[in-house]
Amino acid sequence: MELVYFLIEAVVKVVVVFAVLMGTVAYLTLVERKVLGHIQVRYGPNRVGPFGLLQPIADGIKAFFKEEVVPAKADKTIFIIAPMISIVAALCLFAVIPFGDKIEIFGRTVSLTIADLDIGLLYVFGIASLGEYGVVLGGWSGYNKYGVIGALRAAAQMISYELALGLSVIGVLMISGTLNLGEIVQRQAGGHWNVLYQPFAFIFYLVCAIAEINRTPFDMPEAEAELACGFNIEYSSMKFSLFFMAEYAHLVAVCAIATTLFLGGWHGPFLPPSLSWIWFVIKTGVLVYFCIWERGTFPRLRYDQIMKLGWKVLLPLTLANIFFTGLIMVL
Amino acid sequence: MLIKYVPVLFLLALSIFFAVFVVFLSHLLGPKRVHPVKAAPYECGMISLGPTHQAIPIKYYIIAMLFLVFDLEVVFLYPWAVVFRELGIFGFVEMMIFIFILLLGFIYVWRKGALEWE
Repeated sequence: MELVYFLIEAVVKVVVVFAVLMGTVAYLTLVERKVLGHIQVRYGPNRVGPFGLLQPIADGIKAFFKEEVVPAKADKTIFIIAPMISIVAALCLFAVIPFGDKIEIFGRTVSLTIADLDIGLLYVFGIASLGEYGVVLGGWSGYNKYGVIGALRAAAQMISYELALGLSVIGVLMISGTLNLGEIVQRQAGGHWNVLYQPFAFIFYLVCAIAEINRTPFDMPEAEAELACGFNIEYSSMKFSLFFMAEYAHLVAVCAIATTLFLGGWHGPFLPPSLSWIWFVIKTGVLVYFCIWERGTFPRLRYDQIMKLGWKVLLPLTLANIFFTGLIMVL
Repeated sequence: MLIKYVPVLFLLALSIFFAVFVVFLSHLLGPKRVHPVKAAPYECGMISLGPTHQAIPIKYYIIAMLFLVFDLEVVFLYPWAVVFRELGIFGFVEMMIFIFILLLGFIYVWRKGALEWE
């Protein structure tokens, strides 16, 4: 009987997370265009519905009714599967993120995380690496020169920053002593946020994460001005939208993980445990806003500068961070 | 407790279903007006010349190989970081020697110019 309840609970949580995530991703496109618009002293989308609020829905409907063009020389199977890999990898990241404290529903204690895995963080990095396949295969299979260049750049850039990304969170693991994301949040109770003990690691993590999801100033794989959109150049209709949904889902995911690891997760004052997820939403939202803001602020780096930053600056710095964290902890 | 992983499978199944369903639906709904020019590679209106899949600069291979070496190091650091407190000063010194040896390799790679992009 307990098993049945467990499975029902799991299904409900999966559906709720999925639905909320889809809504967030859809409206994040609007938020990004609005914020960028106001940064550039223009209005952004404001024609469809009040304040352009129906714009994501209109975009979605339009994408469904667009013709899907498959290039004649494309590797058709991989061409169709690539955007699916991207979106599936991005969505599966949310399986281990603790959204809030345990709550009581119908006399049952429900933890607000889909799966409370002991290897939470390893799962996150494993699944996040799979997302690279979508980008690389998508650019490769379209048989387009820009696409192939974009895919190559994406491959080299993402693996380079994955190193520094993996190293930047080691300090948090040393302090927390667990890979379970729920327990990492528990250890930060009472204002002992990891960002206070690992401020540099937090900065390194943010920089690497932004590079990892190919956002400006590290958006070399898609660089509009020189690659005409890069890896997704040959895509149209809903397959194109899947790449974009994956990108935004990834953005929310890295911000949610940053909140979990560094900003105390759902911990915060004033709110009862049953509403603690509101703090999680606020913190993640602030980080997402930061990512949009820096997109409107920084120019794109050159490719050699990106690789130089990843290998010659961030890699030694993250190693130094581990060294000094360890040194302080054993002394 | 493998039962813990079942919800992950649910999420995986739902995501795969969503991806396939969405692509299939747009395949059904979208118009199909096939034209050879449309199916040609997009290169800003120019006619495509030469092969697309040609030799890749050696730089990318070097980066990929370096990644393998250093990513193994990262993977090795994870279990060490989790039990760091129990290991104490012994574990710290041990790991620093390990990182130092890898760092020598990193300096060698750097001096050899494998990280330059000209």
